[in-house]
Amino acid sequence: MNRLLLLATLLSVLVFSATAQDTLTRSFDSEQQRETYQQLIKELRCPKCQNQNIADSNAPLAEDMRDKSYEMLKAGKSKQEIINFMVERYGNFVHYEPPFTAATAVLWFGPLVIVIIGIGVAVVLTRQKKEQTALTPEERAQLDRLRNNDND
Amino acid sequence: MNKNLRWVVLFAPLILFIALAVFLLKGLGSDPTKLDSALINEPVPAFESVDLYDTRIAYDESVLKGKPVLLNVWATWCPTCRAEHEFLNQLAAQGVPIVGLNYKDDSREKAVNWLNTLGDPYTINLFDPEGNVAFEFGVYGAPETYFIDEEGVIRYRHVGDVNARNWQSTLKPIYEQLKREAQ
Repeated sequence: MNRLLLLATLLSVLVFSATAQDTLTRSFDSEQQRETYQQLIKELRCPKCQNQNIADSNAPLAEDMRDKSYEMLKAGKSKQEIINFMVERYGNFVHYEPPFTAATAVLWFGPLVIVIIGIGVAVVLTRQKKEQTALTPEERAQLDRLRNNDND
Repeated sequence: MNKNLRWVVLFAPLILFIALAVFLLKGLGSDPTKLDSALINEPVPAFESVDLYDTRIAYDESVLKGKPVLLNVWATWCPTCRAEHEFLNQLAAQGVPIVGLNYKDDSREKAVNWLNTLGDPYTINLFDPEGNVAFEFGVYGAPETYFIDEEGVIRYRHVGDVNARNWQSTLKPIYEQLKREAQ
């Protein structure tokens, strides 16, 4: 019986994660607003805990950011306005969609550049092969002579 | 085909690979908790705060203007803050103006008690129980120390404790630079 109880407790802890509880305890003006809030806390990254969004993190700072997001939503701010507000204070790091900057250019274009170089190398190599198999004028003349001999 | 071009084509992937490896290795060695502040070279954000000792006294961002100053974020629940406190006392004794920002502390009494026992290195003590002021600065933990120039522009952020070692090697030159600019 005790074991069952323990299991039930563990399960409930898992089910009622920070996110679930957070959105349950808050009241929203509309379903739309609730949805925007949920998107926001999944898209905003916790600056303190690196690879966690603020929905999944229990860090005090993530909590503050959830509160702030909620407050701003309630005050009628749009999703983008809230994201901008966070980025202004915590930098681009705080948003999971990295903007295009000099520092992120490598990430955006790196794969494309590598593919283009790959294609370029392949093209050059096949051209080289063709050149090698092509006959010089002398060779062609010789080949023609041989063919003519066959015909005789 | 041109001989030189052939060499270039042959070695391009290798060079690219090395460049990428260097780039990624650099990332491997860097400390992921050290984020650049979004507010470097930005004026201090507007805020309102009260005095830690006397909550009837109100301050705003103008307390961080007029001369180069350090803004130190601290709390009694933060062990590293305790570790750096003695060094902050020494800096204050040398005449370095430090504004304290008491960040989300357990209670005001605890914070006041801490300063009464360990010494108060701060020229002004801002009280920020909700972390609102800290939020404006993009603080994500304590201790953090901001270097603010005469004009009230944030010039540097130091994450972690200030100690004799990093003061000598990194922080003092930054502070001296701000002081030179102010003259």
